[in-house]
This record gives sequence, C-alpha cells and structure tokens, in this order.
Amino acid sequence: MISPKAVKVFHVVAALLLCALVAAPAGAEDFSDLLQELDTRNFRTKMDVAEQIADSGHPRAAAVLSALKDGNLYVHQSDGRIVIQQDRQGPVVDATSGKPIAEAGSLEKIRVNILMRRQMGPAIARLRLASPDPEERLAAAKAMYGELAPDDVAMIRARLEKEDNDRVRDALRVAASLALLDSGEEAQQLEAVEVLGESLQNEARNALRQAAGEEDNPAAVQEAAATALETVESRVAFYDRLEQVFFGLSLGSVLLLAAIGLAITFGVMGVINMAHGEFLMLGAYTTFVVQQLMPNHIGLSLFVALPAAFLVAGAFGVALERGVIRFLYGRPLETLLATFGVSLFLQQLVRTVFSPLNRSVTTPEWMSGSIVINPVLSLTMNRLVIIAFALLVFIGLLLIMNRTTLGLKVRAVAQNRSMARAVGVRGEWVDAMTFGLGAGIAGLGGVALSQITNVGPNLGQAYIVDSFLVVVFGGVGNLFGTLTAALSLGVLNKFLEPTTGAVLAKVLVLVFIILFIQKRPQGLFPQRGRAASEG
Amino acid sequence: MSMLEQTRETMRRDRVFDWMMPSADFSQRLDTSHGPILYVEDVTVSFDGFRALDELTLYVDDGELRCIIGPNGAGKTTMMDVITGRTRPEQGRVWFGQRIDLLRLDETEIASGGIGRKFQKPTVFQNHSVLENLELAMAADKRVWPTLLARLSGEQRGRIEEALETIGLTAEAYQAAGQLSHGQKQWLEIGMLLMQNPRLLLVDEPVAGMTHQEMDRTAELLTGLAGKHSVVVVEHDMEFVRSIARQVTVLHQGSVLAEGTMDQVQNDPKVVEVYLGE
Amino acid sequence: MTTETVNSVAASERPVMRGGLSGILYGDTGGKIFLGVLLAVGILVPALNLLTEPGSALHVPTYTVTLLGKYLCFALLAMSVDLVWGFCGILSLGHGAFFALGGYAMGMYLMRQIGTRGVYGDPVLPDFMVFLNWESLPWYWYGFDIFWFAMLMVLLAPGMLGFVFGWLAFRSRVTGVYLSIISQAMTYALMLAFFRNEMGFGGNNGLTDFKDILGYDLQADGTRLALFMASVIALGVAYVLCRFIVGSKLGRVVTAVRDAEPRVRSIGYRVDRYKVWVWTVSAMLAGVAGALYVPQVGIINPSEFSPLNSIEVVVWVAVGGRGTLFGAAGGGVLVNYAQTVFTGVWPEGWTFALGALFVVVTVFLPRGIVGLIRRRKDKKEAGS
Repeated sequence: MISPKAVKVFHVVAALLLCALVAAPAGAEDFSDLLQELDTRNFRTKMDVAEQIADSGHPRAAAVLSALKDGNLYVHQSDGRIVIQQDRQGPVVDATSGKPIAEAGSLEKIRVNILMRRQMGPAIARLRLASPDPEERLAAAKAMYGELAPDDVAMIRARLEKEDNDRVRDALRVAASLALLDSGEEAQQLEAVEVLGESLQNEARNALRQAAGEEDNPAAVQEAAATALETVESRVAFYDRLEQVFFGLSLGSVLLLAAIGLAITFGVMGVINMAHGEFLMLGAYTTFVVQQLMPNHIGLSLFVALPAAFLVAGAFGVALERGVIRFLYGRPLETLLATFGVSLFLQQLVRTVFSPLNRSVTTPEWMSGSIVINPVLSLTMNRLVIIAFALLVFIGLLLIMNRTTLGLKVRAVAQNRSMARAVGVRGEWVDAMTFGLGAGIAGLGGVALSQITNVGPNLGQAYIVDSFLVVVFGGVGNLFGTLTAALSLGVLNKFLEPTTGAVLAKVLVLVFIILFIQKRPQGLFPQRGRAASEG
Repeated sequence: MSMLEQTRETMRRDRVFDWMMPSADFSQRLDTSHGPILYVEDVTVSFDGFRALDELTLYVDDGELRCIIGPNGAGKTTMMDVITGRTRPEQGRVWFGQRIDLLRLDETEIASGGIGRKFQKPTVFQNHSVLENLELAMAADKRVWPTLLARLSGEQRGRIEEALETIGLTAEAYQAAGQLSHGQKQWLEIGMLLMQNPRLLLVDEPVAGMTHQEMDRTAELLTGLAGKHSVVVVEHDMEFVRSIARQVTVLHQGSVLAEGTMDQVQNDPKVVEVYLGE
Repeated sequence: MTTETVNSVAASERPVMRGGLSGILYGDTGGKIFLGVLLAVGILVPALNLLTEPGSALHVPTYTVTLLGKYLCFALLAMSVDLVWGFCGILSLGHGAFFALGGYAMGMYLMRQIGTRGVYGDPVLPDFMVFLNWESLPWYWYGFDIFWFAMLMVLLAPGMLGFVFGWLAFRSRVTGVYLSIISQAMTYALMLAFFRNEMGFGGNNGLTDFKDILGYDLQADGTRLALFMASVIALGVAYVLCRFIVGSKLGRVVTAVRDAEPRVRSIGYRVDRYKVWVWTVSAMLAGVAGALYVPQVGIINPSEFSPLNSIEVVVWVAVGGRGTLFGAAGGGVLVNYAQTVFTGVWPEGWTFALGALFVVVTVFLPRGIVGLIRRRKDKKEAGS
C-alpha cells in the first residue's frame, strides 16, 4: 500500500501538474538546461529538478521522468549530455530531443532513491494523462488502477471532462471506481459497482468479484456487485463467442485460400492434384524470395509477391499439366499417384534449394497490430486482412469463371469435352490454362499463408487433406459450396477447440467430414440432374 | 382392367410368386395366370425441374413382348431406372405383379427378385471369360460367404451350357468377353439376363450398332424368350421393332402417347406429328 | 495372343473343379516362382546365418536377416493393398493405419512383457504411464499381457476399424478418389489422435524399449531368426490365402466390381458387402504385417500412421504390378531395398527418386514390372 506521505507528495505533484497544464511549455533550451541539473549526487536537488521537469509541461517530460524512475537515465561521459538507454544493448537517445546519438562512450547512471521513485510514479502517470497520444493516456490511466485514494476521484473526474477518447474515458472511470470501491461508503461503493459493471476490463471484473465476496462490505454492495458481475460476465462470454467466430472465420478463409484452387482443378476439371499443397508452398517461398530481394520495402513486397507467386505457381501448374497430367486424363487414381510423386519432388527441391528449416517471412507493418473493439475483443490485423483477401480472391475467381471467355471455355470443356471441341474450343489449351489458374490461385493462398504460419517445405502437406475435404464437403464443382464449407469448418473447428483441445478438435472435424461424406457423398450442395443419378 | 377384375386379382389367395422361392428352376417359369406382371402408375420423375417422366402409366402383361419407342428424351431409360430401383420417383406406384411394391425394394433386391435389365451400352465383364460372365449372372445364393466357397454343380453347368447354346456362344465360352464382337457382347448380355432367371426382362436398345445379320439373330432370340418371360424392349430402330413387336407403346415427354400394334401406332396422327414434327 | 487368353481363362476356371494347394496355384506360374523364391530365402538365409562363420563371404549377418524380415513385412503390407486395389479397384491411401494398429497391438503385448525391467520398475504400468502419473492401466490395455489375446487383437483391431470404415463408406457408395481421400483422412486423424498422450499409447514416442517376446530375448540372434521365419511363413500363407480368394467365385465377383460396379449390382450382388469383406480381410493382413514388423524394428510410434507411409505402399504395388499379388510383394521388397541403398549413398536423393518413381510408374508402367515382363514374353512368343 502507498504510505500517507507518498500520497501527500503525490497530491503536491498533482496540483503542480494541473498548473503546468495551463502554463506555457518551456523551450527546448530551458528543458535541456533543467535536465543537466539532474547530474548531481544530491537527492533533494534531484527531487526538486524532477518536480520542475514535471511542471515544465515539455513533451519529453514524461519520457525523461519514467527513464529516471526506471534507472534508464544516464550522463554521457564524453560531453555530459543527459541520455536515455532503455536496455543495455539498446540505442542511446538524447533525453531532450529523443533522437539517437551515434557517439559511443561510457554512460553513468543517474541514481534515484526509493522516496523519489514513489513520488514520481503518480507524477509520471499524470503527465502521461495529458499526453496528446491516446495510447499513452490509456496506458497512464491503466497504470493508476488500484493506486488511487478516494480523494483523487475528483481530479480524475476533472480529467474526464476534457477526455474525448472512449477507451481512455473507460479506463479513467474504472480507475476512479476502483478507488471508490475501497472508500467504505455505501453510496460511493454502489456507484462504483454500477460503473464497473459497465466496463469489460479484467480489473473491473476482478474488483467486482472481490467486492461481492468481501464480508466487510454492506450487503447491498455485495449483492449489487454479484449482479453486476453476472451481467458483465455474460457480456464477456458473448464477446468470447464473437472472438471464436472471428478466429473460425480466419481459419476458414485460410482453408478457403488453400481449397479454392483445388475447387477449380478438382471440382471443375476432375483432376486429383496431390501437389496442390506444394503450389501453396511455392507461393509462400516466392514471398520469402521477394522479401529477400527488397529488404527495405517490406510493406510493398507483398504487393510484388502476389503477382509473382501467381506466376510462379501457375507456371509450375502448367508444366505439371503438360508434363504429367495430360497423359492420365480419365485415370483419376493414377493422376493421384503421379501428382503425389510430384509433390514429394517439389518438397525435396525446396529443401535442397533453400533449406529443410523454416524460413521466416516478415509481416509488414500495415498488417501487424490489431483493432481493439473493447477490452475483451480485439481483431488482429493480419487475420482481418486474410479474411478480406480470401473473399477478394473468391470474388475474383467467380468473375473469371462467369464473366470471361476463359471461364466460359472452362465450363464448356468441363461439361462436354467433345462438344466443346466441335465448337472450336481448344481443349488442351483450356486444360493447361485452367490448371495454371488453379495453381496460381494456390500461389496467392501461399502468400497469405506465409503471413500466419512458418514457411517450410512441409507447409503444403498440412493443407492438402483439409483442402480436399473442404472441396468434397462443399460439393464438387460448386464454388459457393467450397466457400460455405471452408468457413463453416473453420468456425466449427474453433468452437470445438476450447472444450476438446486443438488436436482433438481437428480429429473430430475430420471424423465429422468422413461421416458426412459417407452420408452424403455429393457434399453439401450436390449437382443435381441426370448425370448425378447415374453410376 | 376393370375395377372388379383388379379387386378379384388382389383377393386371390392361391398365388405364390415362384421368384420368392430361393432357387426357381429354369424350366418352370411358364405362368398361366393372366393380367399384368408390371404396373407403372402415375410415375413422375424430374431433374432440376425437367420432367423426365410425367405421370407415366403403363402395364405389361405376363409373357408379353412389349416394345417401347419414342424420341430422345422421352423418358425410356428413366422409366427403366425407376423399375429397377436406380431412380426413385417423386410420385406414383410401381408394382411387380400384384403383391410386390418395387418402390420399397432396392436395386439388388429387385435384381435378384426377378427383374433383369440389359443396359443401353453393353456392359459385360471384359476381363472375365464368357462362361464366367454367365456364372456370375446365374441365379444362386449371392451372399458373400457362400460365394467364396461356391463350386459349380453339374446342374448349374448344364444351365450355363444351355444358355451358351441359346445365345450361340458355345465356341467362345473360354474367351475373354472383352474380345467378343459388338453383337456377341449384346447376346452375352441377354444370356446373362437369362441366367438370372427373371420373370421380366428389360432390354435397352439391343440392336444398336449391329449388322443386319446380327439383328435378325437378336430378333429371333427375343421373340423366342417371350412367353417364357415378359420382355420389355426399348429400341430406336423401327425396322427391328416392326420385326418383333406385337404390342408397341410410344412414349413422348415422359408419358404414353399411343399404344397398340405397330400398324395402329404408325398411323396415329399424334405419333406422326411427334416423329415428323421434329 | 489367343494362347495367352486361353491359358488365363483356364487358370481362372480350373480351380472351380480342383481343390487343395495345387488347385489354388493352377496356372499361376508367377505365384509358383514367388513361393519358390520365398521358400529358398526362408531356408538359405537362416542357413547362411547359422552355418557360416561371421567372416566368410557367404555369411548373412543377423542385422541383414532382420532387415530382410522388415522387407517381408512390407511385402505383406503391399500384398494386402494389392488385394483391394488390384482386384477390387479400391485405392486405399490409409492402409498404413491398419499396419500401425496391428503393430500397436503387438507393441502393447511387448510393453506388458517388460514388467519390472522398465526405468520406473512398475510391474504393471508401462514407463510412459508412470511418467504421466497414471494410477492404473486403462481398460483397453487389459489382456495384452496374454499372447494369444494380443494376437487376436492384431487381427481384430485393424479388422474392426476396416469393417466399420468399409461399412460406412461402401454402403453409401463412396468410390474412386473420394474413397481414397477419406481413407487418407482416416489415417491422418488416427495419427493426430495417437500423438496425444491422453490416448494411452505413449504419445509422441510410441511404444519402445521392448525386452522379450514369449520369454525369448528380442535382441538374441535366435529370436531374430525366428521372427524372420515367421515373416516368411506369414507372407507365404497370405499369398496362398489371397490367391484362394481371388480364384474363388467371390474373387470373380470382386474383379467384376472393379471393372463394372453398377453391372454387378444389377445382377443381384450386394456390392457393398463384398467390398467390406475384401477390405476387412485386407486390413487384417496389413495388421499381421505390422505385428511382425514391430518386434523386428523394436518401436512403433504414431508416424506409422502418417499419410505418406500409406501412399508409399501404393507405389510399391504399382512398381511391382498390381493385380498380381506376387508383383506387389516383390515391389515392396524392391523399393525398400532401393531406399536402403539410396539413403546410404545420397540421403536427399531418395525423395527425388521416390517422387520420380511415382510419375514414371503411373505414366509409363501402368502394369508395373510384372506387366513389363509379361509383355516381353508375349512379344517373344508372337515372334517365334
């Protein structure tokens, strides 16, 4: 617990801070000079300087104070400058400007004692609360959880008036309510419970749980806390469910990317291509190579990798079709074996050319991070991008199949080969192009996969069985079936996972599909008609 | 058939279908009872909204040789699919005799129950000899374990030889069926049908692709079968139909357009319109 | 050409009249050669191992005996795949699962035989269970300390899996590539399941550190020879059994199913039941192969379930020549021997070679080596 004295110091600093907020920020010169004064052995002076730094309202004030508090503030021995080094191996930056400095030289730590440290904690929090960066303010607000006394609440409320970011407001309110909950006054406690009951934050729930079980609290407070807890937990459960759906959709879109090329080669052409997974792998490796070639433009590299992967995988696909598969039309089981051989070959090729070890592909900045909807639900950027990408690819493929001459020819050949030839469609050419298209799309899938899994020679293998099952489950030859099957299997998998564990969930899904196929060999969306009833 | 007659037929208690006995004898198939052996009533089948059969109603008498003709897409093959249990109709009734509801049985039960079918495309077992083809088709205990231990009895051998003679393939008995000529394959198919000892034979385009000589031989074969069996022949070749037909049914767009002797049917203005109008 | 045909017909027709071994093998020249070679190997290898000095050129070291025994187990596995693929047209990509199940049944027996000699010295619980803090033996481990029960399970465990899978698949008429893929999914699912420690089969590490079988030390030369002999006998008996099956009327029905399934159904056979029967028999054979394999290599782990293993078996069969039984067995030995040689010379090269083998065999050698030899012979006869 915080000692009364520390609390008192804290109040002083807080008051000063409020003044500082109105005062004009000090110039860079003054601030730099002020910092220089920290280079002293006298702790009293240091404390004064620290207070002045807090009062200065300088944008770097918070950074300097937290560095001071954590023992990361140093005096550069060569020119006496005050610098910050966050960790031993990390870069050295100038405390005033925040810019890295190149000169090497030994650093001497500016020491602080325990009293100073206590005093600075809340002061830094206040400073950061005033920061223009909402993330910074949020972190500051969260740092105050459990650290405030009921008396501070008024100040927080004052801060709330000015705050316009919802998440920071929520955090501030929770911080205040946590303090009020300890006040021992029933009315305030009830008010706090009400506020906490609306927040989805973990700390709020913990506090409620504690308040509900705390025997010293009045019965009404306990009861209110219990009710609030129940409501908030059902809301959390709802968001958890929502998160599962999101994870499921993201897994589903990975499956979709893996399976959709197959939906073309297997579903439309009837070719069993066991090397399909390796086309995914080729796509992923293409991404890796492109990144190696343009290491300074990682963000851009994905956009180069996409067409490159499409072309590489597509070229391999055309080669496979021309070189092997065309000799085996009408012999599906043999096709299966031959393409399996090709898949082994390609895996070994990658192993020999690159390495048997996994390669790491960097995720560009615009794809990292996440969108925080609320404290219990945040959507990671890369998953969101992949869902969107999978849908884009799907729509693109639909357009190709339904709107272009290639699509028309593909459908014509698929329905009646000899008839198509009779009206002048070059069956062989269409076969090669269709296969290339399927393979190229797998390549695109590979680019996406490289962002979420390890890129290694076995990348494709992991997806081949799943992809076939998705295509068969959705109904062969039906693109919408593939979409539905991929997404629903993804969601099903993620819903099973919490209760059964990841491996068992996968096994259960496999067993489910096996049983399903046996019940309905035509898949979810069977093709109807005379052809379907034969055989 | 009048209502009264039908009721009377239904109420008969003396009738036991000989196919219900495990292994009916080859020579005992002559059934003296009158009336239809096959009832197809109000049968409708549609694929994706296309009505392949449209409330088709058709009766075939016991021992009759019936020819069914009709333009492409008239529903001839679908009708056979329904009778043999390959396709389930959306509505209608299909009865074999008065007591057996074919819609309740599956393909295998129907096949072993006395309805044999020859497909449009001759499908004999190419890698098996002619004799083996007949042996496989022979009415016998077709469960797994008995089949594993089955040995041809002298009597069964006799039946196979008899069939070989009927279809004129005695000399080719040990030849692989894949090496037979097209016509011979068709006859082998008919032979396989005979080995099943069926009450009703459904024969789909038996003379497609045959030479004239082969056609004559086939006509002889089929007419020889009628009487002992009921035979339904679906055929395109008018000349052939004329040479064997006593009773002809014309299908059009999934239902019966006309029925009668060949001459009656040929002079029916509706039939003329359908055939010439296309 | 005609003489060939008449011969082959006679071969398939005569057993109907004849009984006994000579009836089963009537006209099966390849099979007679195969059994002859097998007999010779069965006599020569142990003789050369026991009667010659370790230094002599003719000596067959025990290591080689065990290696050969391993090949024979693979040959038996290949034969079981050929029975369903070559004769019934069902391409199984999951036979490794039956092999592994047979192996696990044997492995469980061998685990129970370790007794107190394990690291933890628990008289009942295998080491990995002690390690996982299990209190007692799971129910499905009961009885595996009894040899005959374990041997029964070697047949029943794969048999039951085969029966259930086949019953579900064939009844709903899952055929062709669909069946291949779900059989692959089956073995994949089993692999994932067996990797889990909770399954009670040793998880990742599987079952290993076996000590003895029927009281004989597994490391002893005599035991290894006996296991080799057992593999020879199993392969021989399995060949005769398979030949009997394919030569029977059931065999003809099954080949007819392969060639024209709807037609077989239309002449009144319950195709699904025939398929389930053959599939189950084949699964049991694969189980026996696995059971003989495990004591010779000394370990069984979930990687035996991996889809890659199962599909490799198919290539052995294809290389040898499917639909011949002995060709499949020969292919199994040949490809595995090639693998041993290759991995010694150029380890990475083997995968390239295997991949190329898949392509070459399917595109250029659809009838396998046996088919190639037969065609040569036909040409010679036609020429003379």
